[in-house]
Amino acid sequence: MSDVAERVKKIVVEHLGVDADKVIDSANFMEDLGADSLDTVELVMAFEEEFGVEIPDDAAETIVTVGEAIKFLEKASTA
Amino acid sequence: MRRVVVTGLGMVSPLACGVEPGWSRLLAGQSGARRIEGFDVSDLACKIAMPVPRGGGDNGSFNPDQWMEPKERRKIDDFILYAVAAAAQALADACWKPSTYEEQIKTGVLIGSGIGGLGGIAETAIVLKERGPRRVSPFFIPGRLINLAAGYVSIQHGLKGPNHSVVTACSSGTHAIGDAGRLVALEDADVMVAGGAESAINRIGIAGFAACRALSTNFNDLPKQASRPYDRDRDGFVMGEGAGCVVLEAYEHAKARGAKIYAELAGYGMSGDAYHITAPQESGDGACRAMAAAIKRAGISPGDIDYINAHGTSTPLGDEIEIRAVERIAGNSGRSLSMSSTKSAIGHLLGAAGAVEAIFSILAIRDQIVPPTLNLDHPSVATEIDLVPHKARKREVEFVLSNSFGFGGTNACLVFKRPQ
Repeated sequence: MSDVAERVKKIVVEHLGVDADKVIDSANFMEDLGADSLDTVELVMAFEEEFGVEIPDDAAETIVTVGEAIKFLEKASTA
Repeated sequence: MRRVVVTGLGMVSPLACGVEPGWSRLLAGQSGARRIEGFDVSDLACKIAMPVPRGGGDNGSFNPDQWMEPKERRKIDDFILYAVAAAAQALADACWKPSTYEEQIKTGVLIGSGIGGLGGIAETAIVLKERGPRRVSPFFIPGRLINLAAGYVSIQHGLKGPNHSVVTACSSGTHAIGDAGRLVALEDADVMVAGGAESAINRIGIAGFAACRALSTNFNDLPKQASRPYDRDRDGFVMGEGAGCVVLEAYEHAKARGAKIYAELAGYGMSGDAYHITAPQESGDGACRAMAAAIKRAGISPGDIDYINAHGTSTPLGDEIEIRAVERIAGNSGRSLSMSSTKSAIGHLLGAAGAVEAIFSILAIRDQIVPPTLNLDHPSVATEIDLVPHKARKREVEFVLSNSFGFGGTNACLVFKRPQ
């Protein structure tokens, strides 16, 4: 697992209070991990904080799974 | 109007988490006061408070994990956490677990708070100033709003009846129980979870009340002696925190399901001082009218009241005004009356005070004993009323009156009656 993936999954576990083994790349934050719309806003804020990047609202809307978050942040943090 | 009875009690107080440990410590004369440790008090005039004792959940300690998941807890201020804990206790005590849709829509929640999420507001204001609006949490608003105590409780237990809240400073808990009683009496609900919650022991809360000159500052090295209602050396209140919730229920509803009945909510009275934002009116007229209204609603006379759980905050002005107001109401029956301020042991729980004190009043009926006023070494005024100094006292208790008077000149009183 890449360093980015590890950090993303740690944040998801902490913020959504879910077991680490459920936080797989295909897991959908709302459908699989029990997040509501406010949780997803907070998750994006936590990603921004951890990686020192800004995730615009229209980009945030496209990040609905753990894998999509990892992909976005891998790209953003090497840019 | 329908008769309303109390069928469940729940409490988180500076003495303990749980009604029974809190009550037995109160009767034993224990105090919840201590030096503030959670934040810097070096530049604050008041350095003491009565926080909820935290721990693993044993021996009356409060373990947040028992009441709410850490994931949810991050989003809210402690007043909601305390309310959730007190409400869960009260519903369990009442053995009331609405499961059908019909039961759910006839069960409501009315929980008040004086200031709500003060700590979270202060912290978020700093985040906003230092790091900008994009760093403000989406849970900032819902975790601070006063009515979210009632909101969380309703969601947790599926209570779909009236969902309401009240904000009347230090009278909030009393108004909440009184208003909820009316909702049951008028058939808006069969059962109401009612009470108050507060968590203002933080730097901005202490600084704010100290600025009003409302807090004790002379006993920073002797915290357990600081809350001393009616005593000549009193110099302000000691801030407490926590929550109290009762389950109120239509009498027929409680009887039909064989619920245990602690007391009947017999009277509720309210008034306004129309005088000053923080100071009580010197004549005590507002306090008198609220007490008289509650007693009248109960259909009794002042001489029938055996015990008064006083507002008695330990502030120089308010305590004596309340004694004089009670003397005026009681007339010749003052000498058979006991009145104590349990704030001497738990401090001033602000918006939770009235709810926690209503519960102590109800337990005085159940156990036929009145709790003490601690630290009352030298009463500042002479009175015929028994102020129950230092030690709890066994006595007959048929009717109790619980008083709350809040900033803004808002007064509320409840009368509870021993069940037949």
